[in-house]
Amino acid sequence: MSSSRSVAALHPGRSVVEQLRERMAAMEHRPAGQPVPTLSGMADLVPLRAGATYAVDSASLALALAAGASRAGEWVGFAGCADFGVEAAAELGIELSRTVLVPDPGEHWLEVTAALVDVLRVVVLRAPASVDERTAGILDSRLRTRSSVLVVHGPWPRVDARVSVEESAWSGLTSGTGQLRERRARVVVHRGARPPQRADLTWPGVHLVEPPVDRPVREIRRASG
Amino acid sequence: MRVMVVWCPDWSVVAALDEAERSPRSPAAVLAANVVEVCNGPARSEGVRRGQRRRDAQARCPELVLLPANPDRDARAFDPVLAIVEDLRPGVAALRPGLLAVRAPGSWYGTETEAAATACQALVDGGVWDVRVGIADDLFTAEQAARTADVQSWVVVPAGGSASFLRGLPVQVLQDDGPRGRELVSLLQRLGLRTLGDLADLPGEAVEHRLGTYGAAVRRRTRGEDRALFAARTPPPELDAEVAFEPPLDSVEAITFSVRTTAERFVSRLAHHQLVATAVRVEAESDGVVCSSRAWLHPRHFGARDLVDRVHWQLQSAGSTSGVGGSLRARKQSGSVRAPIDRIRFVPETVEPAAAHGEALWGAASDDLVERGVARVQGMVGFDAVRRPVLQGGRSPSARQALVPWGERAVDLRPADRPWPGSVPGPAPVRVFASPPAAEVVDDAGREVRVTDRGVVSGEPRRFRVTGEIAGRVGGAADGPGLPWQPVTAWAGPWPTDEGWWSGGAGPTARFQVVGADGRAWLLVRAPEGWSLEAGYD
Repeated sequence: MSSSRSVAALHPGRSVVEQLRERMAAMEHRPAGQPVPTLSGMADLVPLRAGATYAVDSASLALALAAGASRAGEWVGFAGCADFGVEAAAELGIELSRTVLVPDPGEHWLEVTAALVDVLRVVVLRAPASVDERTAGILDSRLRTRSSVLVVHGPWPRVDARVSVEESAWSGLTSGTGQLRERRARVVVHRGARPPQRADLTWPGVHLVEPPVDRPVREIRRASG
Repeated sequence: MRVMVVWCPDWSVVAALDEAERSPRSPAAVLAANVVEVCNGPARSEGVRRGQRRRDAQARCPELVLLPANPDRDARAFDPVLAIVEDLRPGVAALRPGLLAVRAPGSWYGTETEAAATACQALVDGGVWDVRVGIADDLFTAEQAARTADVQSWVVVPAGGSASFLRGLPVQVLQDDGPRGRELVSLLQRLGLRTLGDLADLPGEAVEHRLGTYGAAVRRRTRGEDRALFAARTPPPELDAEVAFEPPLDSVEAITFSVRTTAERFVSRLAHHQLVATAVRVEAESDGVVCSSRAWLHPRHFGARDLVDRVHWQLQSAGSTSGVGGSLRARKQSGSVRAPIDRIRFVPETVEPAAAHGEALWGAASDDLVERGVARVQGMVGFDAVRRPVLQGGRSPSARQALVPWGERAVDLRPADRPWPGSVPGPAPVRVFASPPAAEVVDDAGREVRVTDRGVVSGEPRRFRVTGEIAGRVGGAADGPGLPWQPVTAWAGPWPTDEGWWSGGAGPTARFQVVGADGRAWLLVRAPEGWSLEAGYD
């Protein structure tokens, strides 16, 4: 299955009946494992799957993971993000009219997240306290029966993939002149015991930069792993 | 068919005085284009007349209250009068503000005199002092009869007596028919015709040739041949819904459960009229007194479930003293309201045609699901803890956004399509701190970097740190609440602003984009009080 197949919005170029048939087929199966729309820049790096949990260490990565689903017509939610940058979200393509914010869920963050996971496609959570295995397990079991994705900003006991920024560099400004223009970040994805996968992303707009020297190395790794 | 006409003389003045909260006995005049349009009795007795210029009127009567003309206000103020008469006899037609017609009530009130007396009594009880009633066979005669009546009195023209009643009236009565009537009166007086009877006696064809269609219509009316009818208005539907509790309930849960059917009836009654409510006032009565009243706006329109939720939230927040942000225990204790509620009322504040709110064929069901899920979250953490992000105009990142409580409509947003000079260019920051933490920025010599009123930076920023608490901080807090000292690798700015200087604003501020040693960019702002961290590009 290709990750570009959106679950909610109908593709204008293909026959409606065929797409609805696909959607019905998806509904008959277990929801977990379905692809969730992801931004094209992130799709090769972190293709989102329903029912999975992802951890990120930067607010821009969390926004980027949620933006794909929102662009495809899905609802997304942010819990515990008191410093949500509305303009940055809109610039990334997040549809604000389909965005739910719970800036400060306080002690009820677990119940709130569970309720949001029930109805939204992507839920970004910034857990206020350190989370133990048991608490994470409660959300995990809830996620498995739903077709949504949990993106945790911060530490989390068990995740399908951990995405973090290794290096970051801004261009466009020097000492006293210019303005912030472009950000280039080296992003590393850890998936369980597999070797980490690295890629360069640029902002604004989240685009993948393909380093020409990196490709053979990656293929060797893939062949060996 | 007999017609009853109710006339409230000088209605514009009555309505304007009522709105200006002046005594109805004070001499007053409504002016349009600096000319007296209508004046009341006390002003007339001082010599003020229609058509006088403002300064002439003031010369006659220095204490004259001058009021602006406003036809909308007159019509609005006349609406309660229509409602009072409608209670006595449906099918009321408002001819113009101050004048209404209704089919004369037949034998229900006994005779027509008794019906007129009942109408007078009802209107005087409703606060309309100067009211005159006329009853006749046709509209014109009934109006003239009302105009000949005294204050709070009536004139009944017997059936078939229209022509003889009108004969004796002077032609000046046509002056109330507007400029057309005044012109005709002037002409008739020059022709030597003093009464309507004189006009009625002229041959019809000659009148039409000399005086036009209007003159001919007046002649027909004065002969009692004109049976002009009027279009009665349909009374506006009663859309309020209320439920009474006997005995009064003191638990929010019980009340919420009991209003469900009323909410459904309210919504279905609106739907019957092809309407939906986008703003609803929820009133709770305790011991016959409204103890809690609040208008709720809905981003789309209210369904029965939404209304039940609003009742729940309103009573909960009215009952709790610790507010919505309190702990769960505080909310549980607040499950009982302060005083037992014996009545809940839904009043639609804004209704719109349902066709404007039709749902799309695809995808509406999933939105419903989301609404329900979000309502459940609101039940856990309070209705204003769930927010909807919206963009607005402004200079700082925090001013450019607003978080609207879920289920409310955004009001008072600044327009985003204006230039907003002084706003920081470049990509928008991902993290915007609602309460910016304090920071320090120093130059080479370790002195604090300052910005003069003219926007000159005192030294190049070399190092910065954040001393305040950064909200929503992630990960271990080993390095303190803020950010430790780190060198500035690149910076840009300042972008100076001085917002609201005319009303004691924050004072001159300047914004800087600063990149730290770890490659993360921040938006630091220098205000008169010192530096603070406004946003992060993370």
